Amino acid sequence: MKKESSFSVLFKGLLKENPVFVLVLGTCPTLAMSTSVKSAVGMGLAAMAVLICSNAVISLLRKIIPATVRIPCYIVIIAAFVTVVEMIIHAYFPELYKSLGVYLALITVNCIILGRAEMFAGKNSVGKSILDGIGMGLGFTLAMFMMSTIREVLGAGTFADIPVPFFQDHKIGIFVQAPGGLLVYGLLIAFVNVITKGKVIKKKSFGCEGCPSAGMCSGGCQSAVKEGE
Amino acid sequence: MDFFKGLVIIIMSQILVDNYVLRQFLGICPFLGVSKKLNQAVGMGFSVIFVMLMATAVTWPIQLYILDKNGLGYMQTIVFILVIAALVQFVEIVLKKFIPALHKSLGVYLPLITTNCAVLGVTINNMNDERVTCFAESMVSSLGVGLGFLLAMVIFAGVRSRIDESEIPERFKGLPATLIAASFVSLSFFGFDGLVENIFKL
Repeated sequence: MKKESSFSVLFKGLLKENPVFVLVLGTCPTLAMSTSVKSAVGMGLAAMAVLICSNAVISLLRKIIPATVRIPCYIVIIAAFVTVVEMIIHAYFPELYKSLGVYLALITVNCIILGRAEMFAGKNSVGKSILDGIGMGLGFTLAMFMMSTIREVLGAGTFADIPVPFFQDHKIGIFVQAPGGLLVYGLLIAFVNVITKGKVIKKKSFGCEGCPSAGMCSGGCQSAVKEGE
Repeated sequence: MDFFKGLVIIIMSQILVDNYVLRQFLGICPFLGVSKKLNQAVGMGFSVIFVMLMATAVTWPIQLYILDKNGLGYMQTIVFILVIAALVQFVEIVLKKFIPALHKSLGVYLPLITTNCAVLGVTINNMNDERVTCFAESMVSSLGVGLGFLLAMVIFAGVRSRIDESEIPERFKGLPATLIAASFVSLSFFGFDGLVENIFKL
């Protein structure tokens, strides 16, 4: 593995390895929470806080945790931080807590966090893991912000609850509903495909290689695929 | 009679109206990842139903008799995810030892399900849903969610087999085309809006 500078560790999450558009991780919260800019940014920041903390702790413990039980250990660490963040949001931002609902608890099983623990924090130093957490968290928040902006302006005619002229009178309600989320996500990935000329996505085909669970299922789904064929 | 009517309402709304995959975006990863072939989609669907029922059967009593009794409600997330992870491992070991035939057909999907957000989602939702008041109702609700997942997987596997045969613009190949197809499948589920209210005159 070639050595990465701290700079590239921090910024690769924004575009080159954007967790949402390039690595295709954490699709569930991205789709569900991007109906309004406020809840999307709230979700992004909550996930980022959990990601930074869990990356730091997992990286600190990477020499102590035995390889065979590392996934359960990671999950416990992540779930603990999710609970902390959940309590903080519940106490100080009750409105956000209500709009995030069950998805807040589901940060635990967000593939971005477990995926980064497995791919990065379990192998790198504490400082780099924290930078990676910040970069990936920002990339996730940025992607959430982009998607929610498109969906809220087109679907509800508002931007962070502020009415937008013209769109206010021409709402396309479907964009804030479930199908709109999938549609916008598909179009945005195609758009990223166009600006990168397909270079980034090609190596991450949507199969086992791109799947964060690949490490823990030990190719289980691959054998399932083979069996199917 | 009212009790059974309640159960039917729960199961119908979980399968059709509040479909977890297409309406609530839970369990999207396996929905996109394992829906290429029909037989895989069915295998995954049944594994999810199985794990959801097991997980609900265990987490409901834990929440009610251990966590709530001792004022430990905030431990919900940690306890539930641990229980689900342990349960999946346990089920896999038991199936391997005693029912190898079933293990062969479901076993490969089991490890993937630990991090399926639909499973954790349904156990947490059962605790907060006002329609779900007793153990039987929570089991039925989980069954409905699982069946809804299976239905979505089977429908989408059919749609995908058609996409594979068609000509798609270069940049839309793969995931973008899949997502847009999923968007149309999700759109079709809007037809079920208000179904339960109208049938049962709520």
